[in-house]
Formats: sequence, structure tokens, C-alpha cells
Amino acid sequence: MELIFERSRPGRGTDLLPPLDVPECPVPEEFARKNAPRLPEIGESDLSRHYQALARRAFGVCDGFYPLGSCTMKYNPKLGEDMAALPGFTGIHPLQPAHTIRGCQLAMAQTEYALARITGMDRVTLQPAAGAHGEFTGLLLIKAYHVHRGDTGRTVILVPDSAHGTNPASATMAGFTVRNIPSTAEGLVDLEALKAACGPDTAGLMLTNPNTVGLFERDILAITKIVHEAGGLVYYDGANLNAIMGVARPGDMGFDVCHLNLHKTFATPHGGGGPGSGPVGCKEFLAPFMPGSALCGNGGEHSIGQVRAFHANFLVVVKALTYLMRLGNSRVAEAAQGAVLNANYLKHKLEEAGYTAAFPGLCMHEFVLTLEGLKKETGVSALDVAKAMLDDGIHPPTMYFPLIVHEALMFEPTETEAPETLDRAAEVLADILRRAKEDPEALHAAPHSTVVGRPDETAAARHPVVRYTFPEG
Amino acid sequence: MGGYLPAAPEERRRQYEALGLSGPRDLYRDVPDEVYIDGPLDLPEPKSELAVRRAMENLAAQNVRFSTILRGAGAYDHYIPAAVSRIASKEEFVTAYTPYQAEISQGVLQSIFEFQTMICELTGMDASNASVYDGASAAAEGVAMCRDRNRTKAVVSGAAHPDVIATIKTYCFGAGTEVVVAPVKDGRTDLTGLVDDQTACVYIQQPNFYGLLEDGAALAQMAHEGGAKLIAGVNPITLGVLEPPAAWGADIAVGEGQPLGLPLSWGGPYLGFMATTHAMMRKLPGRIVGETTDKDGNRAFVLTMQAREQHIRREKASSNICSNEALCALTASVYLSMMGPGGLKQVGEQCYAKAHYLASELCKLPGVKLHFPGPFFHEFVTDLPNHNGVLSGLEAKGILGGLPLRDGLLWCVTEKQTKAELDQTVAIVKEVLGIWN
Amino acid sequence: MNIPNELQYTRSHEWLLVEDGVAAVGLTDFAQDALGDIVFVNLPQPGDEVNAGEAFGDVESVKAVSDVISPVSGVVLEINEELVDNPALVNEDPYGAWLIKVEQITGKEELLDAGAYEAHCAEEG
Repeated sequence: MELIFERSRPGRGTDLLPPLDVPECPVPEEFARKNAPRLPEIGESDLSRHYQALARRAFGVCDGFYPLGSCTMKYNPKLGEDMAALPGFTGIHPLQPAHTIRGCQLAMAQTEYALARITGMDRVTLQPAAGAHGEFTGLLLIKAYHVHRGDTGRTVILVPDSAHGTNPASATMAGFTVRNIPSTAEGLVDLEALKAACGPDTAGLMLTNPNTVGLFERDILAITKIVHEAGGLVYYDGANLNAIMGVARPGDMGFDVCHLNLHKTFATPHGGGGPGSGPVGCKEFLAPFMPGSALCGNGGEHSIGQVRAFHANFLVVVKALTYLMRLGNSRVAEAAQGAVLNANYLKHKLEEAGYTAAFPGLCMHEFVLTLEGLKKETGVSALDVAKAMLDDGIHPPTMYFPLIVHEALMFEPTETEAPETLDRAAEVLADILRRAKEDPEALHAAPHSTVVGRPDETAAARHPVVRYTFPEG
Repeated sequence: MGGYLPAAPEERRRQYEALGLSGPRDLYRDVPDEVYIDGPLDLPEPKSELAVRRAMENLAAQNVRFSTILRGAGAYDHYIPAAVSRIASKEEFVTAYTPYQAEISQGVLQSIFEFQTMICELTGMDASNASVYDGASAAAEGVAMCRDRNRTKAVVSGAAHPDVIATIKTYCFGAGTEVVVAPVKDGRTDLTGLVDDQTACVYIQQPNFYGLLEDGAALAQMAHEGGAKLIAGVNPITLGVLEPPAAWGADIAVGEGQPLGLPLSWGGPYLGFMATTHAMMRKLPGRIVGETTDKDGNRAFVLTMQAREQHIRREKASSNICSNEALCALTASVYLSMMGPGGLKQVGEQCYAKAHYLASELCKLPGVKLHFPGPFFHEFVTDLPNHNGVLSGLEAKGILGGLPLRDGLLWCVTEKQTKAELDQTVAIVKEVLGIWN
Repeated sequence: MNIPNELQYTRSHEWLLVEDGVAAVGLTDFAQDALGDIVFVNLPQPGDEVNAGEAFGDVESVKAVSDVISPVSGVVLEINEELVDNPALVNEDPYGAWLIKVEQITGKEELLDAGAYEAHCAEEG
């Protein structure tokens, strides 16, 4: 398909502004641009068709089943989009005086309250723009807490070996060293290894619960106690909160600080990669370190500073609040139960179809299959199976994560899928399994029906072409 | 249902049955009793869609929308062509995940590739990433790109946006980098004697927080003579008319992309962009889209150079960024395509002319003068005898006046404001000051 | 699998060739095969110190990154600039594509000869 630059023709465009109605006043020569940027010159009709063509080549939640593990691709209610487009929200300048932004402040306060109730935390900041941004913020709270107490020898963050990559990366960004904690064969935190790793250098532990293999850490109270007794704090990675919201709260499990992903758990759309929102909650003793803003104020007494400009990804907050209002008291837990029920239902169906779960028994909102056996038997990999799903209009599950499972496929169906959607997905996967055994070569070549086949990623990385090169002259 | 569960209660009962489970407590058998919640959360009860619509509309109605916005300071009120929000709200773009599955994500990938190209064109740099959270975090990530074990100091212009300075400081608190804030002389950055062999980078903003145009080339030269990198924070709306940062020596260009078609939205979501030289390309954080081919030779786009990123490099990654602002980047691309080079230039010229018109009209009033000498773009600081009176007088007429700073009022004018609105503003200021003089 | 007799090897799959007090270090055929297509190499700078048993750089494939461990302690004399533009050489000619040359060698890791290394690979393979 053509790039928009290739559709450009000199002299085309649309007049959008009235003529200048004040005296002309040219930019001084010394600052003036010499060569114009080569932006597209294109009429509105061609521009519209260009983006319509791109939209057809994208795959949203509206296009089909999206069981992408650890990403919580639930349905994004349309009401949220309408509410975030209200001019009373979109037209507000971030530095308006306080008496003119009561609606924004109330929306923030109501969201903070609801998230505090759901997490069991005392305080919430909506400032971080994404989950990883929240992790960084939360870890800085932990760092500031230890530094403020003069406890400067606490430089190590413990991370399970099954953790999302953001956990260790965030810890490094916050200036900590990372120590990995092995998982047991059951896929849970190894308590003995945790005890052995804890000591006077422990700043804290980062943990996802349910963890990244989709299991609830049933020894969670023992885990948080071990870390606390060593003088460390415990960080809750809210990536998987969708499994337990309204059912169990990180604050009650002994976690001191947490982040949430509004773009997963609270149904705001992913936007092809963002914007998200990664609020951070903490217990009262960490409140003095909470972030603020140089221009907007509101930081704690010993604030860590700020991690972005202004207040929050506010329109994302509006969408999440809209969703929270719809759910209210009783339906928060109902959504979580629906997610866990659907995951177990699909897992059951896939096991019946002949797939192998990496960990047996009940799962939470997601589960991991291992295709190691299939790979050995037929040469068909997790990647091949995932790519074959594309031909059936299903977005593949997360591949090759977590790292502790070989040939992993991680499914998270979410609560917003009907049983027949899960039934059909199970049929599709059963069929792929049958074909893998009959004709493995065909699966290596999948997908067949997409606009492009598997791209040459090696060439892309060896000789990166990251922008369009304009023809000479 | 309010929880957006498609299955009817009876269908869910059958799902439980298929699993041999009696109900929710069975599903959560690993959750210990001590933490299992068997009661309400103290939230309001569920609401119908209509009731929620009313509640949210009521919240929005409690904000005051100004019909004329003469305030910038990092968030700018520009005209947004109708096609921009229409196209950016297409469901396929809005609800897609990060394009890891390239075969079904060519649309999102190509839109990012086009965005990267436009950012390169605007800034004059060689390579751009797919976006980061906002301009402030882009600046902080730019500082992190320059980390060098032999150089542990970052010099940041005191004339940069206060939120940007504070964000850089927070990131540097994490990393253990020392931050030195360069003094401001007559509203512009004074780097004299600050860049030494410990300095990894210098961050400056163009136009700066006070709206003034810095001598970018001179500052870049001072940074480079000390062996430091120069990071330029630029307002992209100015780059149709102002020299791009690459032309005056920036090694990294970052900025806030909000002026490119994103509404004010009380501060977010906005759009951080980052671009750099070919030599530093692999130090860029976050996602980058590259062009390649599939096995049949078709043009294809993929997320590339992924081994730099957190999901592969883990604790050795230079940044933890994962989610970015892809939809905002798409919005900016549509905006830039609608404007084209001519339209963007026109916006820049009108911002410049209208800001200078308001400044000169205000300065005709007795007791009003520009606080700083020197050239400015579309923001300027005035000394006025009575900030509060002026701002209240303007607010009564639906005008959001300049931002009160210790040094005066920081005004901003864009192409959106008409001469009539600017004249009305001057008349109100005159009236208020007349009462008080 | 190619394991030249004249080289020495580490258990972490680097090879070493010492000539005139200068050690060339690279990745073995076994390593390049296990890593898949190499897309980028991160190397130290000349003048940097390296320590036996510690990582001095890493190599990236599309979906993975692996540390390269120095078999010797010393000072980096030279890096193979050619690999920066053409990392595929590590796959195509692993024993020609040295990564760094080290001088002022002060210590060595426990090294294997070709026979012992072949046995080690057979164990891991």
C-alpha cells in the first residue's frame, strides 16, 4: 500500500484558516526556516481514503476475539468515548483557575475514591500515563521512603522470574538492582528462595497477583510478611487486577503500593499502543512522597516530584470513571468472576481439544499452554499456531511469555466474550492442532489470508529503515 | 448488563456446570478466606447507561469553558480540522492493541511509520520513535539517552517549562544523575561556565517557557565544546516557520505534540515525541516501526530493534516504557497531513503575528510593558499592575487571560483568536486598569 | 558443527585466540546457531577494561539479547567495527568475526580445548 507521502502532489491541500486579520509580522530572518518540511500535500478526500484503508488493515476489539494474555483486551464501551468527547472536558485548559475546573476535580476525586476502594489502598494518584510509568512512580515512593528514613542500604528489588519485563526495567530506572526469585514447579513464588533472598539490602518485592502464569499466589499473606519482616515494602503490579477486582484487594494482602492499568482493567481502549493510564495507590505512610506538579501543586510533603506534565491522562480517566459508574458496587466483582469463568471455560475446552496447559487445575483470568510437545512431535511451534489463528479472524494469544514456559501461548479471553465465541475459538484451535499433525509445512507458512505474510524481521533489525526516503529532486 | 457481560445468567450457570463448579467461591478457591471479600465495596450502586450519561454530563457542566483562551504554558488552543477527530476516532485504531502481530496490524504500523517520518521532517533529525507519554517525559527520556558512565551531570535550562524541569529531576533522582538548572538572564538561558567534562547533556527549550526565542546555535555550540549532547525541547507547531533543531545543532529533539490536533483536555492524553541522529538511533527508548518485506517481497512494516526494549532486555533496558501514545501520534499525523507544509506555515505565521499584535496593543496601555526584551514567538510575559483584577475582568467575558507567574502574566495567542477577540481583551484590560489607576 | 583445533573455548561459548600477547574474542559456531540471526552487537570502547568471567557486551537477535562473557582480563585494544554495520558476519563466519581484541592480559577464565568444548556442546545440545 502507498504511503501518504507517495499520494502527495505539489500544490494540493485544503484551506482551513481565514486570512490573517492583524498586521503582518514576519518571523525574523535569523530564526526563519529555510527548507519547508516535506509534509503530505493532499486533498481531504484522498486523505480520508488513505486512513480508511489503514483502518481496514488494523485489528481492533471490534474486529474479533482478542484473547491476548496479560493485556486484558476487553470490550471498550462506546459510552466512554462519548463522555470523553464532551466539550466540557476536552475544552478545558490544564492551567485554568481552580474555581473553573470543579467538574475535572470531581471526576478525579471520584475515580481516586473508587480505585482506593477496589485496591484497599489509602491514597491514589492518577498522574502516571501508563502501567510502566506507574511502576516507576511506585518504586520511587519506595526509594524515597527508605532514603527519608536514612535506610540507604536498601538497594535491591526482588522480582519473580516470571515477571513482566517492565518490572525489572522499572526497578533499574528507579536506581535499584534487581534480584530474580525463582518460581516453583507449580508456577508460584518459591517461599524458601524468597526468604533466602531477603535481607538488609531488600528495598522491596514486586509481584503480580494473580501472577503472570494466571495463578493466584495462595501464600500471599506469608509472602508479604516475609518481605515486611526483612524491612522491605511490597509492590503490587496491577496488570492482572481484572481477575480479582471486587473479590480480593491488594491492600488486604499486605501490599504497600500498587499501580493499575485503566486501559486494561477499567475498559479504556488501547489505541494501538496508547494512551493508557497507570494510577498508583499507596498506604497512608507513603502519602507524603506522592507526586505533584511544579505548576499545579498537590504533591506530598516529601514528594518525589512528578513523572509527567500537568495532572493525568485525563480523558482516559473520564472513560474509566464512566465504566466504574456503570459497574458500581455489585458488578465490579461480577466482571472479575466473568473473566475467571471464561478463562477456565476456554482452558477446559482447549484441554479437551488436546492442548497441554503449562499448569494444571483452575486458573484465574488467563492461562498458559505449552506447545513444547507439539513442537517436538511435528515441528510446529507456538508461533506457527498463533499465525494460523490469524486466518480464522482471531487475534493470537500472547506468545513466548512468560519466559519460564517453553513454547508458551497465553490466553486471556476476558469477561466480555459470549460462550459461543469461546466455543468457536476452541474449534478453530482444535482444527489447527489436527492440521499441525497432518501437514506441518502448511502451518509454517501461515497466515495465508492477511494483506502481508510474515515480515522479514531480521532484515528490518539489521538495516533499520525507520522513515520514508523521499525521491531525489 | 452494567458489567458488559454478554452471557445471560443462565448461560453462565451452564459454564460453571461444564467446569463442575458450584459458583464464584469455587473459582477463587486459592484466595484465602482472610482476604476474600464477600460484601460490597462502598461504591455507588450500578447505573444505567442513561443515568451515567447524565452524571458525566453534569460533571462536565461544572467546568467553565472559556470561549477565548489566551493561555498556553505547555498546552495550546489551536484549530482542529474536522477530519482529524473523525479519522482518529475510527474504532479499528481506537481499540487495537500494540501492533505485535504485524500481519493484521499493517494499518497501525504504517500510521506510526508515517508519524516517524513527519517528526523527522519537522525536526530535521534522522530517526524518531513511535511516541512517549508527553513532552515532559520525552525530555526526561532524552536525558537518559545521554547517560554516560564518565559524565554524570545534566544541565537543564531554567527557562524550560517548570513541569519539564521537575520531571527531568524526578527521573534523574531514580537514575542517580545530578541535575544543574542553568540560570535565566533576561528570560533566556545562560550556560556560562556550566558545561564541563562531567556534563552529559544540556536541555534547552525553543521557544522557551516565557515564549522567547533562544539562540539555539550558540547554546548547542557551548554544549558541544564541553563534549555534551544538546537536547532541544521544541514546540512542533512552530516548525513550519522556525529553523528545525537539527539545523542549529541538536543531537536529540523532543517535545509536546499536543498542538498538533489534540484538544486541551485538562492536560492529557498528550503526545511526547523524540527524534535523534542516526548515530544515537539505537538509544531511543520505546517502540520503533521499521520497513521491511514479507516472503513475497511485499512492503511490510514491523516493530523493530525490539531487543533494546524492556520485554527482552528486562533490567538492562535503558527505559521501561511499554504503552505509548499511539492514537495521539495518529491524530498528529492526520493533523499534519491536513495542514501540509503550507498550512503549518500559515498557522505559525498567524500565531506569531497575532501574538505580536496583542503584545503591542497591550503595551500601548499605560503601566503595561513586556517583562523581557528580545524576540518571542506566540507567548510573552507582561508586567501589569493588577493581575487578579485583569484576569477576573477577562473571565467575566469568557476570556482566559495569561498565566500569572512571579514575573508577570504569560500570554499566548494562536491562529484561533480573531482580531476582535484580541481588541476586546485589550479593552477589558484597559477598563480594569483604568478603574485601579 | 565447526570447532577449530587452534582456538580455546569457554563454557559460555566464546572462543579465544592469543597471538603476541593480544587476545581475539568471538562467538562460537554453536553460539551463533543457538542465537539465530544476529541483528546487532553492542561492544565496549577501545581502552575499556574487561574482566574474565564478566560480560563485556551483548549480541541481539530479533527477539533475544545475550551477554558476551570475556574469557580474559585486560584492556580493549580494538573492536570489530565491521560488525556494527554487518552483524550477519557473526552468523556467516563466527571464527572470522572476532568481536574485540584485548591486550595487557592479566588473567584468564578456565578455558577448554577443542575436544573438551565439543564434549561440552554435546552435553548442552
